[in-house]
Amino acid sequence: MSLVADLRGRVADFALTVRLETHGTLALVGPNGAGKSTALRALLGVIPVEGTLSLDGRDLVGVPTEDRQIGYVPQDGGLFPHLDVARNVAFGLPRGQAVDALLADFGLEALAGRRPKGLSGGERQRVALARAVAPHPRALLLDEPLAALDVDARTALRAGLRARLGRLAIPCVVVSHDPAEVRALADEVAVMEAGEVVQCGTPDELAADPASAFVRAFFG
Amino acid sequence: MTRAWPIVGGALAVLLVAALLLPIIALLISGAGDLVDGLRSPLVAPALRLSLATSAVSLVLVVLCGTPLAWALAQRRAGWLESLLRLPMVVPPAVAGIALLMAFGRAGLLGTSLTFTTAAVVLAQVFVAAPFYLQAAVEAFRGVDPDLLSVARSLGAWGPRRFFEVALPIAAPGLVSGAAMCWARALGEFGATLMFAGNLQGTTQTMPLAIYTAMTSDMAAARALSVVLMVVAFSLLLVMRRRAT
Repeated sequence: MSLVADLRGRVADFALTVRLETHGTLALVGPNGAGKSTALRALLGVIPVEGTLSLDGRDLVGVPTEDRQIGYVPQDGGLFPHLDVARNVAFGLPRGQAVDALLADFGLEALAGRRPKGLSGGERQRVALARAVAPHPRALLLDEPLAALDVDARTALRAGLRARLGRLAIPCVVVSHDPAEVRALADEVAVMEAGEVVQCGTPDELAADPASAFVRAFFG
Repeated sequence: MTRAWPIVGGALAVLLVAALLLPIIALLISGAGDLVDGLRSPLVAPALRLSLATSAVSLVLVVLCGTPLAWALAQRRAGWLESLLRLPMVVPPAVAGIALLMAFGRAGLLGTSLTFTTAAVVLAQVFVAAPFYLQAAVEAFRGVDPDLLSVARSLGAWGPRRFFEVALPIAAPGLVSGAAMCWARALGEFGATLMFAGNLQGTTQTMPLAIYTAMTSDMAAARALSVVLMVVAFSLLLVMRRRAT
């Protein structure tokens, strides 16, 4: 299972170059405004870019987002506010397909009938992830999945997320600004600065040979 | 002098509040007394029926055609087309009347025989009221978080499903308050209707036109109709307020 991207595009007046490859979980890091979220949207196919993008050898350029089978969790979870938890999770499934097992797997049974408004940060994150993996995607894009949580919850959920991503065994790109989270979750790291991926490698490789002041500070 | 400022400011504010509320209070006081008698006037029932029917048809047409248009406009940045479509909101009613005659009148651009028919009433209402719905609907659709639509796409939801199951329910409160504004404007439409559709009882004489007609002959009926319109308008204001909070 692999995700290989070499994409270029312009979003408003912002030039984007995303060159990355991952077989496991890749963390996308970089300073604020480096274009990390934009890079995820480029991989998802919701902004126009050129270049090559392949998932398990299948070329995805020109394939509409709806057919890419890539799960996406935006920054605050992106839960549909008008649907309860069960219907959020079921959104990507054929109509009528039961989600009980999935809800149970994510510890959401008790919340099935609740609207997203009253949920805690951790609950929202679990619902968003359950919804994204429900239709068995072939890759997963997570934008700061734990950012909305307080420090304790983040630490507690990190291990669970790592285990879950490991079980899924699909390529996963996780935007993060938290060095501890990156070390806990990621097999590989891609560093973005000013719209461009400037360095790739394992966390240890990047720590040993930082290409920029940002990388040095991040892993220092 | 400094101490006088709040007093001056307060007095000015009270003046405006009086100018806004006094006519409404006066109407309610004078209209309430002979409301029942006024409503018995032969002018009232046909005008009431016509107003309800035409404004309902206008509202349905505006929502049916305006919702997809607003969705399409919301996908783009606000441009000249959007500004142009708002023009009827600021065009004086008399100008709207002439413009409708020039377009749909017998000698107009399309040369139809719509003038002095109930369809002309609906057309005039649509012309003046649709921009209110469009504006509210475009704003409501622009307020839908694009990330939610991206998530829907990632879950395999194509355009129509995204629209009906994500955008529409999320924008619904804005659409409802836009529809309420649109209906209020259609119900109160006077100038363009008078010029384009005329003032024929039972065919084109809506409530505002009946008020205008009654003023010369039956002031009690004019007051009663005014009170009815005022109560309807106030109820719509309450609906909009509830939606906004």
